Parts: sequence; C-alpha cells; structure tokens
Amino acid sequence: MLTALSILTDGLAYAAYLFIIAIGLTLIFGVMKILNVAHGSFYAFGAYGAATAVGIYFNGHDWNAAGGFLFMVIAGMAIGLVLGLVLERGILRWVYGKDEVIVVLVTYAVFLILEDLVVLIWGAQSYPAYQPLVAAGSIDLGDLVLSNYDIVLVVLAALLAVGSSWALRFTRYGRLLTTVIFDREIAAAFGINVTVVYTVTFLIGAMLGALSGAVMAPKISVTLGIGVEVIVLAFAVVAIGGMGSIEGALVGALIVGICRAAAVHLVPQIELFVIYGVMAAVLIVRPYGLFVRAQPRKI
Amino acid sequence: MSDILAVRDLEKTFGSLLAARDITVSVPAHQTVGVIGANGAGKTTFVNMITGHLRPTKGSIWFEGNEITGRPSREITRLGISRSFQVAQIFPTLTVFESMCMAAAIGRHTGGFFSHIVTPLHSTEAIADAEAAIALFQIAAYRDTRALALPQGVRKLLDIGMAIAGHPRLLLLDEPTSGISIEEKFDLMQIVMSALKSRKITVLFVEHDMEIVGRFADRVLAFYDGTVIADGTPGQTLDDPKVQELISGTRLKGVAAGRAAGA
Amino acid sequence: MANRSQIIGGLAFAAAAVAAPFLPDWVVSLATIAFANALVVLGLIVLWRAGLVSFGQALYYCLGGYVVALIARWTGFTDAFVLVLLGGIVGGIVAFILGFLIARYREIFFAMLSLALSMILYGVLVKTESLGSTDGFSVLTPTFIGYAPHRDALNLALYWLTLGICAFSALGVGAYFRTIAGALAAPVRDNEIRVEFLGVSVSHVIHVKVVIAGILGGLGGGLAALAIGHVDPNMAYWTTSGSFMFVAILAGAGSVAAAFVGSLLFEGVRSFAADTMPQFWQMILGTALLVTILFVPEGLGSLLLRLRRRKARPS
Repeated sequence: MLTALSILTDGLAYAAYLFIIAIGLTLIFGVMKILNVAHGSFYAFGAYGAATAVGIYFNGHDWNAAGGFLFMVIAGMAIGLVLGLVLERGILRWVYGKDEVIVVLVTYAVFLILEDLVVLIWGAQSYPAYQPLVAAGSIDLGDLVLSNYDIVLVVLAALLAVGSSWALRFTRYGRLLTTVIFDREIAAAFGINVTVVYTVTFLIGAMLGALSGAVMAPKISVTLGIGVEVIVLAFAVVAIGGMGSIEGALVGALIVGICRAAAVHLVPQIELFVIYGVMAAVLIVRPYGLFVRAQPRKI
Repeated sequence: MSDILAVRDLEKTFGSLLAARDITVSVPAHQTVGVIGANGAGKTTFVNMITGHLRPTKGSIWFEGNEITGRPSREITRLGISRSFQVAQIFPTLTVFESMCMAAAIGRHTGGFFSHIVTPLHSTEAIADAEAAIALFQIAAYRDTRALALPQGVRKLLDIGMAIAGHPRLLLLDEPTSGISIEEKFDLMQIVMSALKSRKITVLFVEHDMEIVGRFADRVLAFYDGTVIADGTPGQTLDDPKVQELISGTRLKGVAAGRAAGA
Repeated sequence: MANRSQIIGGLAFAAAAVAAPFLPDWVVSLATIAFANALVVLGLIVLWRAGLVSFGQALYYCLGGYVVALIARWTGFTDAFVLVLLGGIVGGIVAFILGFLIARYREIFFAMLSLALSMILYGVLVKTESLGSTDGFSVLTPTFIGYAPHRDALNLALYWLTLGICAFSALGVGAYFRTIAGALAAPVRDNEIRVEFLGVSVSHVIHVKVVIAGILGGLGGGLAALAIGHVDPNMAYWTTSGSFMFVAILAGAGSVAAAFVGSLLFEGVRSFAADTMPQFWQMILGTALLVTILFVPEGLGSLLLRLRRRKARPS
C-alpha cells in the first residue's frame, strides 16, 4: 500500500516536473513547427538565473521564503524573455519556412553555443539554490513524507495546464494562436500577422522553458550540462503526447511520471530508459503521438 | 478474351456512400477510350480500382485475361498497367533525362528490390529507353533541365513519359490537359496520343474538355452517379441526350467541327 | 571499370596508408578514430540522401563497440578484423529488425524515433552493473591474424585495418549509389507517391538504407572501441549522434569522400580546441554549424562539387 502511494506521489511530482519542462517546447512546435533543441538552454539559463537570484535574496537576509520563490521565478523568466528575444530576432527568423529538420539543426547549433556561454557567464562551479525547497518544509502522512515544494510544483503544473488551455480557447490571442497552429498559410490569408505571432509564441515558450529551470533549481545541483538531459526528456514527453498538443504534454507527462516512479520502486534497472521505451511504444502505435491525428497529405 | 481490360459488375462503397456501381466494360487492345463525367461521378474511383489503389466491394477486374481484382498497386504496375496524374507527379530536383532514366531502369527490372540493389542505374538499355521516350514526347530541348523549372506542359509530358518508360500495355491518364492553357491543349494531346499510338498502348483518359475527347477518343464512356450511362463512339456518346443533359450540355455542331479541323 | 572518383579515392587511401609510418604517433591515432567515425557519418549520408535524418546512429556505434569489447572479454578471441566485422554484422541485424518499424516514418518522426531507440540502449547500459554501467569497461588489446603488436606497431596495425575497412566501405557505398536502389534516394526524397506508382516499394528502399547505415555504424563503433581501448554508454548518448550529424552537415551529402575528409578535419579541430580552448569548443562547433546551415546548406563538400562541375561544363 505504501509503495503504491509512494509511486503515486513520486509519479505526480515527476510528472509535474516533466510537464512544466515540456509545455514550452510543445507550444513552440505547435505554432511554429520548430522542434527547439535550445529549449535545454532556456532551462539552463532559467536555473542559473534562479540560483543567482536565490543567492542574492537569501544571503544574510531574513526575508520571506515565499517572496524568495517569487523573486527566483521572476528572475528566471526575465532571463528567458531576453534570451528568447535575442534568439528569435537574431537567428530564428532567418530560417522560418525552411525544412523542419534543418531548423532543428539550427536550434541544435544555438544550443551548443549557449552551453559554452553559460560557462562563460557563470563559470564551471555549481550553484546551490536549496533555500526555497528547505523553507517549504514537508508534511508527514504516517510513513509517507511529502515535500511541500513538490506540492507547489504540482499545483504550478496544474495551473499552467488549465491556464494555457483556457487562454488558447477563450482569449482572442489564444484563438489566433490556435488558428496558426492549425494552418499557417490559412491564418496568414485571414490577415493574421504570423510573424508577430511567431515572435510572441517563441517568447512565451522561452519564458516557460526558463520557468521550468527556475523552479527546478532548488531541487537539483545547478551545474554544467543540466540542459543536455532535459532536452531529451522534453522531446520524449512531447512526442508521446503529440507535438503541439498541451493536453498531450499533460497526459504524456503523467504516463511517464507514473511509469518512471513505478520503475524506481519496483524495477530500478529500467528506470532510466522507461521514458524512451514508452516513447517508442507510443510512436509505434500512434506515430504522431497520442493527441494528434495524422495530417492529410496535401498534393 | 482478346480484350486487354475487362471489368465486370464493379461496385465500390465507402461506408454508406455508393461511389461506383454496376460497371461492366470491356476494352479491346490498342483502343483509346475517353472517360467523361462530372466531378464525383465515379471516374476517379473507377481508375483507382483498376490501378489497385482501391479494392472493389464487388465485381472483378481482368487484365490480359488474368484477374487482378484486389491486387496491390505495385504488383499491378509491374504487370503492365500505368497511370499519369492530374497534377503532374515529378521529381523536382532531377533533370528530365535522370527522371526518365530512373523510370526506364525501374521498368526494365521488375524483379523486386534485390535486383534494384545490384543493378546500375545508367545501364545502356535504360539510357536508350530514356532517350527514346524523351524524343517520342518531343521534350529533348529540356533534357538537362531540372523538373522544377519546367513549364506546365512539359511537366505533363514528363509525367506521362515516365509512366510509359516501363513499357506498359495499358495507360490511364487522369485529366492530361488540366492546367494547360486552351491554345496548348490540342498540341499537347497530339504529341501524347501519337506517342502512345506508336507504342501500341491502350489508353483510358479522363477528360473534361469535350472537344479533346471528341477529337482523340475512339470510344467514350460517360459516367454519372457512379455508373456508366453511355458507351459508344464519340459521336454517339456526345450526341446522347442523357449525356448532354447530365454532363456535357448541347454540342454546337458548327463550332465543334471547325475546331477539330483547324486546331 | 573504375571511374575517376574511384581512382582518386584509391590513390588517397594508398597515400594515407603509406604515409603512416612516417607520421607522429598521435596523428596516426587521431586519424584512426577520425576514419572510424567517418564510417558512421557515411551511414548518415546514405540516409540523408533519401531525405531522412537520423538522430540516433550512436545506437549502432555503441553496439559495434560493445560487441567488440564483450566478445573479446567473454571468449578471449581478439582478432581485430573478425571482431570489427562482427560489430558491423550485429549493427546490420539490429538495423534490419528496427527497420521494420522505423522505415515507415519520415522527417521529424524518423529523427525522434531513432533518437528514442538510441537512448533506450543508453539507459539499458547505464543500469547494467555487469557491464560497468556509466564507467563502461576497457577493451582487450587486439591481435591481427596471430600477431600481437605493441605500442607504435599496434597503432599502425589498427590504422591500416581502419583504412582498409574504410576503403572497402567507400567503394561499396559508392557502387551502391550508382545502382537503382541507391539512386532512388533523390526520387524518394522528392516525391514518394511517384516512386510507388512506378512500382517500387519505398519502405523497402528505406529499409535497405537503414541496414546499410546500421552496418557502417557498427563497423565504426567496433574500430573506435579498439582504437580508444574503452567502451562506455556515452557512445549511445544523443550528443554522440549529434557530433556525427555535425560532421555530416559540414561535409554535405554530395560525395562519399566528404565523410572522410570532413571527419578528419573535425577530429583535428576537436583535438586542437581541446588543447588550446576547451571552454570554447562547443561555441565554435555551434557557430560553424550555424554558418554552414545558413550559407552553405549542402555542406562544404558541395563547394568542391560545384567547382568540379564548373570545370566539366564545356559540353
């Protein structure tokens, strides 16, 4: 019984983590058809930014921990915004319309550059940012110990999921985005300024990516190479759920989260590749992911 | 059976939609058959069933005396039935010569993909076949031009040329003159039809232009609502009152005769 | 009936073989690894010509390496030639099996599925204690038909073996490109529907390419394992696939030679950068990649081809 509950709670926490990471990636892909490898860089910059902010906020001051969390998140997202702007206006806009795979390679190149940039800015040491995590404390439910910070993450993930679905469906801008997701050419024919939509979407995606890094900073050791592993995880979740589908990312994150938690508790040997196994399994049955129908071929 | 193609009681339903019904047609070798009818009348369904892209719900299809009903399209192509497309399906980055060479080489080596791995592409036979097809369709001027740079008419000729490079005995043309300007339609069809006749290929062509049909077909099948409502010489079919009412409209005799003579 | 490229290629390989004893040790070692990696890149090129980009060739590279290392460790059999060949064969068999699945995908989905498959291998290896998990394990010193060379002689022997396998592969792939199946790459990339209507199964064509790339990957991985003396799960990590892809893009898909020249250049620059400016290496890589994609999308190798074509234009 305890194991089952642990699997559930661990799975939810991990799912929240995956979803927050993946939502920015799937949004950018859905609207712009770009599979952004540099998403890992947004994560990294967000994490480093958050760690720096935490360092500033908590060193020697006895300020409110929740305020620290907020400060950390805002700092991370601000960095994401700036980075996103530079990337989109500086590099990406030159490759719109090119072959999808070519654009992926461009983002891969950008990712490589940014990896070294991180070292140039922050050096090779690791930055602790544990204060918000520790300050949040934990809840004891008998034998089960839940970290409050994990609960915060789960709530955040839920808010993001609900908020983005609502925004896409009920706000004017959200519906513009949905049109562009559906068909860029038709959207442009309707008079929608697709270029502006692209820029705004990329910025939102960048901020979400940086947000994911910022909120994870207290849980991990913010050091070299944290972006590398995140990329494949995000890809896997997005591929499972269907590229461009936020509901898909949510379901994908949940599936992977629970599966991985189950593996960790029951069959630890398969923990690391369970996510890729699930991804391969889903792609075999539904090549375009769970929530995306096959695109009809346009002759 | 000396008929190259025979279709008996052919029917195709998509769920509750009856797209084709009660089609029974026999085509003798070397005949040129025009297929007319409004959009949705069942012409494309008919063509797709013959080429193996749709499996008939009922009925049978016979090619050169052998039943081919329901066989996969790749097999049917290898048996000797080929088709061209309404929107010319070409290889944009290959030149005309390379495209023809590819089609010719594939046509010559129908032994399946093992033979493809060991056979060189530019064999003397394939090259000869390609040059012959290029000459036949009079597109030698474009021999080394990449397909994406070709004008529309030449694209169509390339498309049809690739379809016959493998020496099929039956060719289905899907709206060969669609997208071609009125001035060029006749010349294009002239080239195509004389090429096909010289190779003794039996032709079924779908067309919307009644004058083209009248000029080039030996026989006309008129489709309406999924079935054949008229089958005869162009004169007979195009003058059939049912056809005129449902498909073509009344033909102005004077104008048509003048066109056919002077074009 | 050797054509001009074959003659030039043959001479280049011969020259590379003959020059080796006169070159410093580190150059020979570097070249060995470069040529081993070039085989994987060649496999990528085979796929790329058909419009397919694989983000997971590291799968076969890693398989080849581990096959070599494990067979030597478990059976004591250390003949280099046979081991590497087995690496290639295993790569081919795995590719054949996976091909049934992956040959149905295109574009981004082909890329992502291949990525997933390589990461599965990575995950399996990392969690396998008996195989040393993340540390991997060392490869026994190879022998060559009974001879057990050491140090410099070993270096040379591995180098010559690598050159030989590369020359053979280059010839084979070149010949394949001139066959119908090989030449079908461009038509498949351009218009699959048309290819199907000509009577050819596109899945079969792609399946063959996947297998060829798998064999080449396995050969490359096996040779690399012998040259480096060590295997670890990182050989299957996506960043390894990324570096192969990097060389392929720089080199371009236009010629077989480009894979070898490109790989040699890449290893040279990588060595140089590792010594002088390791903190900028990825930045340099990324910038070079960006510049190539944006301004010379067909790869640097295509520049050479354009020159050659211009000279041959007079007709």
